[in-house]
Amino acid sequence: MALKGRLEDFGITQLLNLINLARKTGTLYLQGPEKNAYLCFHEGKLIYAVMDDAEDSFTAILQQSGVFTADQVRMIEANMPGKTDREIAQVLITSGRLQQQKVVKSMKEHILNLVYQVFSWNSGTFRFEPSKLPVQGKITVPIALENVIMEGSRRLKEWERLQDELPDLDVSLKFAERPTTPLRDINLSVEEWRVISFINPRNTIRQIAQNNNMDELQIRKIVYSLLQAGIVEIIKPPRPKAAPGVTRPTRAGAAAAKRAEMRRPAVKRGIVQKLIHRIREL
Amino acid sequence: MQTLKIVITGPFSSGKTELIQSVSEIDVVSTDRKITRDAERIKSQTTVAMDFGRITIDEELILYLFGTPGQKRFDFMWEILSEGMLGFIVMVDSTRPETFREARRILDTFRSYSPVPYIVAANKQDLEDAWPPEDLRIVLRVEPEVKVVPCVATDKESVKQVLLELLYSILEVMDQEEEEE
Ligand SMILES: Nc1nc2c(ncn2[C@@H]2O[C@H](COP(=O)(O)OP(=O)(O)OP(=O)(O)O)[C@@H](O)[C@H]2O)c(=O)[nH]1
Ligand SMILES: [Mg+2]
Repeated sequence: MALKGRLEDFGITQLLNLINLARKTGTLYLQGPEKNAYLCFHEGKLIYAVMDDAEDSFTAILQQSGVFTADQVRMIEANMPGKTDREIAQVLITSGRLQQQKVVKSMKEHILNLVYQVFSWNSGTFRFEPSKLPVQGKITVPIALENVIMEGSRRLKEWERLQDELPDLDVSLKFAERPTTPLRDINLSVEEWRVISFINPRNTIRQIAQNNNMDELQIRKIVYSLLQAGIVEIIKPPRPKAAPGVTRPTRAGAAAAKRAEMRRPAVKRGIVQKLIHRIREL
Repeated sequence: MQTLKIVITGPFSSGKTELIQSVSEIDVVSTDRKITRDAERIKSQTTVAMDFGRITIDEELILYLFGTPGQKRFDFMWEILSEGMLGFIVMVDSTRPETFREARRILDTFRSYSPVPYIVAANKQDLEDAWPPEDLRIVLRVEPEVKVVPCVATDKESVKQVLLELLYSILEVMDQEEEEE
């Protein structure tokens, strides 16, 4: 069952969020407005990315990031024809000519750079293939998607989208019940931490903004990226009336246990059981 | 004579009429009209006011299934329909991601009318492009206590299962409240 659709309807952030939360393995093929790309994932982590016009060989990537000179690249290619990226890297690392850390760092930067470009695609199509992982012989680097989503959202200057996703600032926030990554493993900016410290069912988003001297755009951006990264959730109406004043920060992460806010309809239990019996017989 | 009501809601063309049709003992009293507006012409008929199906339980008890109209300009009907409902079902066309955001909006709106139990039916699971229910749960940000059940509205057995899941959810809420008393 391939997931497919249009990026207009279902954006990159939402896709990455889904892949992250569902811990998916497979490849996301994207047709953007001008280019195509594909992103590979293993158990919810981004591990590789390829874009139409971008260099895909390991030596070229390391040249771009200044690790190798053009001459060195020519030498390597002449000496190791037909070898995969992985094999070349292995030879260079074991012979002491290249540090493993540098490889990881350069590959990670390369992958992230492509992914952040993809974030700006707001039209095109996508298709997720769970069975495909075209990374044989490639150097993959597992990258947690929470940070990618946070950073991608930061770069996304789409005020309209923000308005749309977060129309109401008079709702409150709470910590996600099933956060995928502990807070301490996520890179948050100072501003984001300030917002986090005010998260409490009794503080509306508007009140948090006022207390931190943030304008609507700032608070929307921050809350939106926290929502997309699955760190916080909006408390759905009907919500308790916000208490006058603001409740001071609580210890981050202390999510209150919550149960369904559903109430029973005004009927007797026996009647519901009658309905069940009848429907079973239909 | 007591009448009970379950509301079937969801975006345009998600399969509400089809679901009611599959289990109703009367021909669905549907107010479907031919579609004239281009934007909404992905099928030939749409429900303009509401659908209406019936299941007789016994001499004293009748269950009505009400389907909400899919088109946005009939939103004003929703609140009227939701009055006194036992619970509601949010139908989602699992093959059309462009409608997921709308489904979430409808879900929130109905919840704000009445805090009765509800479930999400991931409809059209017989089609190849259907997103699986677990993915819909994430995408629609459905709370863990709320069921997201696979559904094929054209299949009576599947529809029965969806209705039963809602009724089980109602019983669970009743049990929880009794424990607290
Ligand atoms: N394959 C398949 N088709 C379905 C299913 N459920 C509904 N359909 C089809 O999807 C289309 C829309 O179904 P309807 O029942 O009219 O949808 P609706 O929600 O009542 O639509 P509106 O009243 O216009 O909002 C129809 O062509 C149905 O036959 C399903 O489970 N599987
Ligand atoms: Mg209909």
